[in-house]
Amino acid sequence: MFSETIELRGHIIDSLILPKVLDQILTHGANFKIGEIKIGKRRADQSFARIEVSAETTEALDELILRLRQHGAEVAKHEDAQVASAPADGVFPRDFYVTTNQQTFVRFDGKEIEVRPAMMDSAIAVDRKRGAARAVKFFDVHKGDEIVVGHQGVRVVPVQRATSRTDVFQFINTIIDADEPKSAIIRELAGELRRARVAKGKIAAVVGPAIVRTDAGQHLVRLIESHYVDRLFAGNSFAAYDLERALFGTCLGISPDLAFARGGRENLVRAVNAIREAGGIAAAVQKKIVTSGIMHACVRHNVDIVLTGSIRDEGPIPGVTTDAIEAHKVMRGKLTDVTHALLLATLQHSLAVASMLPPTVKTVCVDIDSSAVERAVEHQPLQSIGLVTDVEPFLRELADCLSEPRVRG
Amino acid sequence: MRELLLCPPDYYGIEYEINPWMSRTRGAEAALAQKQWEQLHATLLELNCKVHLIAPQPGLPDMVFTANAGLTVGREFIPSNFRHKERAGEQPFFAKWMEQQGYKVDWLPENLYFEGEGDALFGGDALFCGYKFRSDIQSHHAIAEMLECLAISVELVDPRFYHLDTCFCPLPDGGAFWFPMAFDEYGQRAIREHVSDLIDVASEEAMHFSCNAVIIERDIVLPEGAPQLVTRLGDRGYRCHELAMSEFIKAGGACKCLVMFMPQRENVS
Repeated sequence: MFSETIELRGHIIDSLILPKVLDQILTHGANFKIGEIKIGKRRADQSFARIEVSAETTEALDELILRLRQHGAEVAKHEDAQVASAPADGVFPRDFYVTTNQQTFVRFDGKEIEVRPAMMDSAIAVDRKRGAARAVKFFDVHKGDEIVVGHQGVRVVPVQRATSRTDVFQFINTIIDADEPKSAIIRELAGELRRARVAKGKIAAVVGPAIVRTDAGQHLVRLIESHYVDRLFAGNSFAAYDLERALFGTCLGISPDLAFARGGRENLVRAVNAIREAGGIAAAVQKKIVTSGIMHACVRHNVDIVLTGSIRDEGPIPGVTTDAIEAHKVMRGKLTDVTHALLLATLQHSLAVASMLPPTVKTVCVDIDSSAVERAVEHQPLQSIGLVTDVEPFLRELADCLSEPRVRG
Repeated sequence: MRELLLCPPDYYGIEYEINPWMSRTRGAEAALAQKQWEQLHATLLELNCKVHLIAPQPGLPDMVFTANAGLTVGREFIPSNFRHKERAGEQPFFAKWMEQQGYKVDWLPENLYFEGEGDALFGGDALFCGYKFRSDIQSHHAIAEMLECLAISVELVDPRFYHLDTCFCPLPDGGAFWFPMAFDEYGQRAIREHVSDLIDVASEEAMHFSCNAVIIERDIVLPEGAPQLVTRLGDRGYRCHELAMSEFIKAGGACKCLVMFMPQRENVS
């Protein structure tokens, strides 16, 4: 959407100029948002309205504004954004503009530049020669970089709800609590993921160890085999649990097939050692050391595995990015073309990913803890669904909806 | 006694085409135009008006249409900013003349087109202002500010009725007669909301410039060719004086276009 702010002055209420202008905006397929309106108190007092007009294309907007000018609309004067130099590497100038994850524009020399990518809790670095602006984290900024300060010349465009088609995100857009039915929602989600696959969208799964521990891994494997996962984001321990299960049939020493079993960490450490010895996950799959499980499915179906580490990790497993800043960069790079994100049973990892997503990405968050769901959904208020549930029944039902029918022989 | 400004049609003629009525191939007949103007002049004198005459200027054939000189309220005169360069030369003559008569001349910003009483007529306590073909709507805001009055801006949509005074004529009792089709629907609604008694003029009568009338108390001086309107005005107690205006209609003007009130209103309240 492209937008321009217009101002109307005069006896715009008595002359019906205000309703005329608003009607013309709508009949031309554009939208408006009234920013400010002052109605004259006495009969001779003139009124004032500031209106933001938005249209699908710049051409449509220009043509509309030209028509509105005939009725006295004047294009509001915009101020350029202000910048200051970064005082040192990794330090923003004081009063730097802190971004949201909404589409954002900054104005220089009377022209707006879109900030790409849109990323929250960042600053905006401007390259005026190239006419480019980007959201930057502390580690991205170098001494002398031009950083936007204050709010002047910065425009944020919240994601609009689509009106052409009501999909599950526009329709529900809320959190489904533990005691609410979920089957219908899961079927709708399955439909959305099917459409995403047809439209060549990219689906990211952000997964926590609870998936392996609750034995939901088999359902995630079905989704991977049916090509509903393009990227898998997880921690070292998720991979370690899954590989232990593949190698020893246990998870933290517990066999999911046994009731009331007691476990230990021995198998986990041995599994990590086996993968390190093999030279990594892909190598272990190729050498047929690992022949089942989620990691195995990812390697076999060319799913990008993005593994990051934490302090309590065993190993790490080769391929895990342990440097936090490096991990941030890798994750951000792997999220740029993602259209759908499934945040499954992992609070910290989900929040990290959600904070890097542009607002157009449709997000599903599943967690047994309602506060975790709320926090993740907050990032994408218009494009996310939260389900408070154990992840196993969710994945089982979703996989049942989406899996290719198995050939009976 | 109403004071009026007229300009003898010594140099009047169709020398250019700036509205759909004008055609250089169908020029005005000078002698007949002179006669029609003199009849108007005489009628206004008979109605006890004090008529001032400004000296016509060669090369400014439309100076005869003094309604477009500007807008006068009390002792204040706001000169026009003509949209067409063909008429822009009239402005200094009118401004200087009004100044010589002792009026305070208040100029509009140069970038705002405004064609005087042609597009600004008081009705009740509002100043009705036409826009699009000749005057800019922004000029209305400026005038409303200068005069501290309510200005109702209405869009004109038929190029044959390019000035407000060609399709709208307020009456002293608060009513008005008008040709609604000359306005867009918002303009029509705005006028209906602010004028209590509206007389709709039929299309064929509007084409005779019937709305282009000079109102002097209960007397109405208008072009001939509007029997239905004359009857309805008669029913309301107005005396109608119908004049031949054929030679001026060829240029897109008639009785009202040939007259500017000095002032149109003593004050705005």
